[in-house]
Amino acid sequence: MKKLLALLLAVMLLVPAFAMAENVIKIGVFEPSTGDNGAGGKQEILGIEYANSLKPTVTVGGEEYSVELVIEDNQSLTDKAISAAQSLVSKDVAVVLGSYGSGVSMAGGDVFAEAGVPAIGVSCTNPNVTLLCDYYWRICFLDPFQGTVMANFAKELGATKAYVLTMLGEDYGVGLGKYFVDAFKGLGGEVVEENFTEGTSDFAAYINNAVSNGCDVVFAPCATTYAALIIDQAAAQGVPFPLLAGDTWENSAILNAAKGKDIKVYCSTFFDENDDAAAAAEFVSGFKAWLNADSSKMTNNGGNDIVAAVSALGFDAYNVALAAIEAAGSADSAAIAEALPGVTYEGVTGAIAFDDVGDAKKDMAYIKFANPETGAFDFVKTQSVGQ
Amino acid sequence: MFNTLLPYLLAGISVGGQYALIAVGYTLVYGILRLINFAHGDIFTAAGFFMIYLTASLPIGISIPLVIILTVILGFTVERVAYKPLRSAPRMSIMISAIGVSYLLQNLMWYLTGGLAKQYPVLPGLSQTIRIGSATTKVVTIVTPILTILLVFALVTLINKTKIGMAMRAVSKDFETSQLMGIKINNVISVTFIIGSAMAAVGSLLYFTNYTAVTPTVGAMPGLKAFVAAVFGGIGSIPGAMIGALIIGICENLIKAAGWTAFSDAFTFALLIVVLLFRPTGLFGEKVTDKV
Repeated sequence: MKKLLALLLAVMLLVPAFAMAENVIKIGVFEPSTGDNGAGGKQEILGIEYANSLKPTVTVGGEEYSVELVIEDNQSLTDKAISAAQSLVSKDVAVVLGSYGSGVSMAGGDVFAEAGVPAIGVSCTNPNVTLLCDYYWRICFLDPFQGTVMANFAKELGATKAYVLTMLGEDYGVGLGKYFVDAFKGLGGEVVEENFTEGTSDFAAYINNAVSNGCDVVFAPCATTYAALIIDQAAAQGVPFPLLAGDTWENSAILNAAKGKDIKVYCSTFFDENDDAAAAAEFVSGFKAWLNADSSKMTNNGGNDIVAAVSALGFDAYNVALAAIEAAGSADSAAIAEALPGVTYEGVTGAIAFDDVGDAKKDMAYIKFANPETGAFDFVKTQSVGQ
Repeated sequence: MFNTLLPYLLAGISVGGQYALIAVGYTLVYGILRLINFAHGDIFTAAGFFMIYLTASLPIGISIPLVIILTVILGFTVERVAYKPLRSAPRMSIMISAIGVSYLLQNLMWYLTGGLAKQYPVLPGLSQTIRIGSATTKVVTIVTPILTILLVFALVTLINKTKIGMAMRAVSKDFETSQLMGIKINNVISVTFIIGSAMAAVGSLLYFTNYTAVTPTVGAMPGLKAFVAAVFGGIGSIPGAMIGALIIGICENLIKAAGWTAFSDAFTFALLIVVLLFRPTGLFGEKVTDKV
C-alpha cells in the first residue's frame, strides 16, 4: 500500500514535469478588474483574450509555442499594482500587457524594469509611463495630444471658459487636465481648475461652482465611477453646457448615466467601431460574435456588445507582443525587450511603430458623443492637431 | 448673493440630513454600549447593494421594505455574532471586533459584487428634478431634511415615552444596575441595533438616489463623516447628532462654494478638533460625572 502511494505521488510529481516539457510562453495581463477603473480594465482584458483565441500559438525559432495568458488584478490601486506586478514577475511571464490607468502602470513599471520584463502599455496615456521607465512601451496616443485635441474641440463648440475637474493624486486625470488647461489657454480661453478627493460622491457643489463661475464647458477626466456621478448630478441641476473628458469615459457606465437625461457628454478615444477600414471592420464583427457567444463575456463588457476602444487596443497589444516574440526569436524577456523597439505592426487602431521613448506614433483621436436617447456612442469626428 | 448660495445650501442640507440618519446609528449604539460601531458605514453600503439586487427582479414598492428588513437583519446579526460574545471583554476587544466586521463586510461585498460601481435604481418621485428659486435639484434634496426631522422626532418620542425607551435610557445610565432591576439587556441592545440599521437603510435610499453609484467602499466616507457629526453634536445625544450632521453638510458645501474644494474634507475634521478643544463632550453632550 505504501509503495503504491509513493508511486502515485511520484507520478503526480512527474505530470507537471511533462506539462513543462511542452512549449509554453506566458504573457502577463496587468489590468484592473475591480475598483474605480475595473469596468474599463475588463474590456481591455476581453480584447486581449479575443486576440489570444484567434492566435493561441506563436512560432519561436522554428518551434511552436502555445501562449498562456496570466491575468493579475491590480484593483485600480497604485499600492496593489506593485504586488500584482511582482506576482506576474514571479510567475515568469515573458512580456506584460497593460494597464488601463496610468498611475498603476507607473507603479508596476519599476517592478518590471527591475526584473527586466518588457511591458506594453495598452491605454495608459500619461507621458511618464514610458518616459520614466525603460521597459515600458505603449501603443496608444499620449495625454499632451489628447488634452490638445479636446481643447480644440471645446473651442469648436464655442466655449470660452472651461471648468476643469480632476481627482487629487490621480496621475491620469491630473496630467490630462493640465495639458487641456495649457492648450485651452493657448487658444485664448479662460480656465477654472478644481479638484476632488478620492471617494467623493457629492459633486453638487462642483457643478454649482462651474455654473456660478460662468463656465460654458466642463472637462473632467476621471474614473468612470466618479464620471457617472458627475453626469447624473449635472443633469439633475439642468446644466446647459457640455461635459468633455478623455478616453476613460468611453464606457457603458457613461452611457447608462447619461441615458434619458438632458445632457451632452463628449469624449475622445482611440478607435471607432464603425471604422470602415478592412482590418477594423473584421475585428469588430469577429469580436461582437465572440462576445455574443458567451454571456459572462457580455457581462464583463458592460452588458452589451458595443466595442470599446480599449478592447481594440488590447487586441493590438497582444498582436504586437506576438510580433515582438517572433522578431526576437526567443521566449526570453531580455531578447523580447531588445526586439520590441523595432517592431512595426498594422493594427486595427492604426499603424504602430515606436519612437525613441517607446511610444507609438499616433496622431488621430476619435471624438464621440454619448447619445442619451439611443444609449450608444455616436461618432462625431476624427481630430488631429498640427503642431 | 442668496441666489448663488441657494444651490449650495440645498445640497448641504440634503447631504447633512443623510449623514444625520447614519449618525443616529452611531450615537444610539454608543449611548448604550459605549462602543463605536465601525461596521455601521458598511451596513449602510450593504443597504445600497440590497436595493440594486432586489429591484433587478422585484418592483420598487416591495423592494424598499425588503431592503429595510434585510439591513435590519444584517445589523442584528453583526451584533449577535461579533459583539454579544464580547460583552464582558475589555472595551478595546469589542472595538477591534467592530473594525474586523467592517473590513469583513467590505471585502465580502467586493467579492460578491465583482468590485465594480453599480448604478442605483431610479426611485420614481424622488429622482425627478424640480426648480426652487434659482436652483434646479432632485426632489430627494427637499424630502431628505423633512424625513430626517420626522424620524428623529419619532425616535426621541420612542425613547422618552415608551417602555423600551425607558429601558434604553436606564441601560445607558448604568449597565449593571439596570440588569439587576430586571431589564433584559440583550433585548435592549438588539433593539438599538435594529433602530440604527433601519435608519441607515432609509439614509441609504436617500443618499444613493442623490449619488447614484454604489461601490463596496462607498460607505466609508459618509460613515466617517456621520461619526464626526455624532461626536460633534455630543455622542449619545440624538438631536445633537442631527444638528451636528446638518452643520457638517452645510459647511462642507459652503467651503466648496468658496473655492477651496480640495480642503472641504480637511475642514470637516478640523472643525471637529476645534469643537472638541472647547467642548470636549460635543455641542449637546451630557456632562461627564464620575461616580464613586
